[in-house]
Amino acid sequence: MSAELGHFALILALAISAVQVLSGLWRGNSKMTALATTAAQAQFGLMLAAFVLLGICFVQYDFSVAYVAANSHTDTPLIYRMTAIWGAHEGSMLLWVLMLSGWTFAVSVFNRRLPPEMVAQVLAVLGVVTAGFLLFMLLTSNPFDRLFPVPAEGRDLNPLLQDPGMIIHPPMLYMGYVGFSVAFAFAIAALLSGRLDAQWVRWTRPWTTAAWAFLTLGITLGSWWAYHELGWGGWWFWDPVENASFMPWLVGTALIHSLAVTEKRDALKAWTVLLAILAFALSLLGTFLVRSGVLVSVHAFASDPERGVFILGFLALVIGGSLSLFAWRASRLMSATEMQLVSREGLLLFNNVFLLVAASAVLLGTLYPLALDAFNLGKISVGPPYFNAVFVPLAAPLTLLVGFAAAMPWKRGSGEILRRLRSPAAFALVAGAALPLFYSHYSFAAALGAMLAFWTMSAATQEIIQRTRAGGLPSIPRSLWGMSLAHFGLGLFTLGITIVSCYAAERDERLAPGASAQLGGYEFTLQKVESVSGPNYSADRAHVAVERSSRSFTLRPEKRLYASQNSVMTEAAVDHNLLRDVYVALGEPFDNGDWSLRLYYRPMMRLVWLGGLLAFLGGLIATADRRYRKST
Amino acid sequence: MLGVGLLVLGLAAAAALTLTAFRKNLMNFYTPSDLVARQVPPQETMRIGGLVLRDSLKRGDGLRVEFTLADCTQSLPVRYEGILPDLFREGQGIVATGSLTADRVFIASEILAKHDENYVPPQLADSLKTAGGHSCEPFKPVTKG
Repeated sequence: MSAELGHFALILALAISAVQVLSGLWRGNSKMTALATTAAQAQFGLMLAAFVLLGICFVQYDFSVAYVAANSHTDTPLIYRMTAIWGAHEGSMLLWVLMLSGWTFAVSVFNRRLPPEMVAQVLAVLGVVTAGFLLFMLLTSNPFDRLFPVPAEGRDLNPLLQDPGMIIHPPMLYMGYVGFSVAFAFAIAALLSGRLDAQWVRWTRPWTTAAWAFLTLGITLGSWWAYHELGWGGWWFWDPVENASFMPWLVGTALIHSLAVTEKRDALKAWTVLLAILAFALSLLGTFLVRSGVLVSVHAFASDPERGVFILGFLALVIGGSLSLFAWRASRLMSATEMQLVSREGLLLFNNVFLLVAASAVLLGTLYPLALDAFNLGKISVGPPYFNAVFVPLAAPLTLLVGFAAAMPWKRGSGEILRRLRSPAAFALVAGAALPLFYSHYSFAAALGAMLAFWTMSAATQEIIQRTRAGGLPSIPRSLWGMSLAHFGLGLFTLGITIVSCYAAERDERLAPGASAQLGGYEFTLQKVESVSGPNYSADRAHVAVERSSRSFTLRPEKRLYASQNSVMTEAAVDHNLLRDVYVALGEPFDNGDWSLRLYYRPMMRLVWLGGLLAFLGGLIATADRRYRKST
Repeated sequence: MLGVGLLVLGLAAAAALTLTAFRKNLMNFYTPSDLVARQVPPQETMRIGGLVLRDSLKRGDGLRVEFTLADCTQSLPVRYEGILPDLFREGQGIVATGSLTADRVFIASEILAKHDENYVPPQLADSLKTAGGHSCEPFKPVTKG
């Protein structure tokens, strides 16, 4: 019964999205505008109902629903039956549309400062996107499809996804991805109406910053999940699926900075609109890459050409349509503001160029192999060395700029800021040069990276100190707190990456019970391997004693066999603090009782995710700035 | 004006950097038959895909392993030192990154296997000309579990 109701809710939502689009585009009639708002809110109610109904199917073990049968098992713990809602293709599309209708709902509620005409247009654009995705679900990926004959037992959720990181990673990621649809809708509305002033920017900024913050959190959580669940200790693989979320992030980051220029200096208007379109286009492209099955990747669980063709068609329609509109109307948005290189807006322009170049390089590396393959020109892959070789030289000057740009005044900078930045710069040089002394050998790359990182952090701190001296803590607006926190996060992230790439050590070892191995100053002893069993798996669990200068702890990595899917999973064990991670993963048994083990020592690994977390918090704080709630 | 000049210069440098890195880091994908059919320069880093021949896996000292990678017509010895992925099994499809030695042994630096016992790398499924599964000798029949 729940499945039929859920299916019905989706159909009704599709019909209502049509109402939302038509009434939203109807001009000059306030009743129609009100209807668009009501439709948007009803839409959200229906999507929420569909989502809950799918959850009920999982809770009740309703294996007559094909999606439930494919992704749960009577032994699957309740929490993972709930997260199975978005564990595979159909359900994650449902989550996508739920997020979209949630953002639409938010726009329909928090809009008292907006002219009704604008609200209606924004809701109409969001309605078009919702309708497209609902149609996609109903035609090719209905999570409520029944399965006959009804299987007695389900196939269980992919064991990779049975992990706490997976509970929250997809919702946050989608929240960010989909959130760029709001900035997109505002951009389209600006093109349609020709209205793009400081007021428009003040409406658009908080939505964009919020979406960006969630995307940041989603990517950070994804990296953390990959680190301890994919088993082998990598935290970023430049996998196409990761790139799919990273490209909208890069363009989104450019967008939140260009929005600042547009608000303060009334410049870069057309560019800002273009970025808003691109950020959302890349979100759609990411959905296409992940959901069409074109990628060979751990994430691409679904593969079905019909789906791919539908999303590709929809992608072409949305991106092609909005870029055509841009080409036709952008000239109206041109502004003749003069720009100085040495000014905040000048430096932010550089920020935009670096970010866009980086996004293009990632796009090239991600799409080129697919394109070659599609045209039968050969099969190639582009590995992490390419991305690292391109990315590091682009990111380093960008990080250097951050400290200057945040301190530089708008319009025209002066030498005065150099004097102000003298002490952060001196601190960064000394601390950065000193840090590698604490590690096994002196690395100049590590010193340079650490200098950049300390520079970014100390410049961000200096900004807050400066403002506190000038007017006291309460005078500092939330947007400045948010920006400084996010930039500080970038610094921590840079520090983490630098130290972990320069000083991480890893080794594969074959150990007999009782034998030891050395790595990074730690001694690892394999004490024993025992058999244990969990709710839906059985496992070999090793006890590895780790010792360093009389401090010791025990790590218990597991090798799990999930019987219902007949798949083996490596469950790594990690001991961590801010300064280092010690990581052990269990390999395979040998005939003579030996086991292979992978050992890692990763200094400052946590800072990478802590940085991402601070950027997320910074984004949220900036979103809550009072300025956005004033009407002028 | 200076700004525009700097920007153009920077963009040109970025483009050059990107394309050089791109060309240096492309990896071709081959099957064992491809490697026999064409001359691949030794030391070129590449990916190969194929099925692990049954009963070919030999373990050496420490973590050294050797096995035969095959497609329907050709095979190739592969050497690797390290931990094999969870789903590495004989008779199953894998992808390996590495390079060929002069005496045509593939030295793998990385081995990838998918979390599905029926998995065949798509590139390989194409070259085997079978839809989704692998049915050619010597891999028939593929027993489950």
